Amino acid sequence: MLGALIIVFREVVEAGLVVGIVLAATRGIAGRSWWVSLGILCGVLGAGVVAAFAGAISNAFAGSGQELLNAAVLIIAVVSLTGHNVWMAEHGRELAANMRKVGSEVSEGQKPLAVLAIVVFVAVMREGSEVVLFLYGIVVAGTDTASLLTGGLLGLAAGGALSALSYYGLLALPMRYIFSVTGALLTLLAAGMAAQAVHFLQMAGVINVFQNKLWDTSWLLSDSSILGRMLHVLVGYDDRPTELQVIAYAATLAIILVLIRMARSERQPRTAS
Amino acid sequence: MRTLIGLFALLAVFAPAANAAEEIAITIKDHKFSPDEIHVPAKQAVTLRVTNADATPEEFESHDFDVEKVIIGGQSAVIRLQPLDAGPYRFYGEYHEDTAQGVIVAE
Repeated sequence: MLGALIIVFREVVEAGLVVGIVLAATRGIAGRSWWVSLGILCGVLGAGVVAAFAGAISNAFAGSGQELLNAAVLIIAVVSLTGHNVWMAEHGRELAANMRKVGSEVSEGQKPLAVLAIVVFVAVMREGSEVVLFLYGIVVAGTDTASLLTGGLLGLAAGGALSALSYYGLLALPMRYIFSVTGALLTLLAAGMAAQAVHFLQMAGVINVFQNKLWDTSWLLSDSSILGRMLHVLVGYDDRPTELQVIAYAATLAIILVLIRMARSERQPRTAS
Repeated sequence: MRTLIGLFALLAVFAPAANAAEEIAITIKDHKFSPDEIHVPAKQAVTLRVTNADATPEEFESHDFDVEKVIIGGQSAVIRLQPLDAGPYRFYGEYHEDTAQGVIVAE
């Protein structure tokens, strides 16, 4: 039962942290619950589909289907996060100013919401499909099913609780910092996802350059520890990254920061006049 | 969705066929690996073919050589390893971690 609890807990937290940050980042935007719920719902459905077709996906593309699917959805999430951050650079200030006017700028806020719903969808689908396959295995094996399912449900509850805690923790930040903090978190999240996408492409054999390990900090903080895994999800921590993973991480950070700066400087003259 | 399909198609074009390099076979049966200790040459890319002979899915996972791959019951999966420095690398089945344990020794 404990094993089931830990596995489900881990996957739920990994998806839940992303949902928590997205919820905090969209605070005050009308309709965000609807969009985030849609993202979660589609993610759960997507997880079921991915699990149901796990065999076919795995066999696709000379046995690299799983890696390529992961890389593809991660790249979509990175592009979405980049788009959101640029949008926030253009509109964040007004948003913060208008926060108390509930429902203001409704149409204005829909674009980043749709984009962040995609990010939620991707996170829930990736982690969820592992939970679905694990639970399916329990049911097929048929031994000790009740106890393992109880463990799974407890893991779901505990993971949900920890994710909620991260959300309320972010909300406790003073209002004027909240968009800068969540913006920074989403930027690091994007960089981490880009590095992961590169890792999957390297595993698929699509990219064969810069694949040596750049460093090894597993003695300091292992990827497999709870803290290591959380940092892996949040900021893309990897205890043994390849050279290309680090390049992808740095490049994504640089691109987002440059785009934000460009969006701001374009914005400046108009706000000044 | 269209972007996803496009991306997939693009990736497929670039995905090379599995390297002709030697392929090491591992079987999962009763949630155990056999063989559970594998010796490979260090600093050389190696390919594993992991066959899941159980009815239940398993997730082949290793933090030491950074692999995570779901293998459903009755199927096999190809896992390409990056060149490894000499040393032992643990792997396990995430869904049955108490029994599914193994190690790759690069030398």
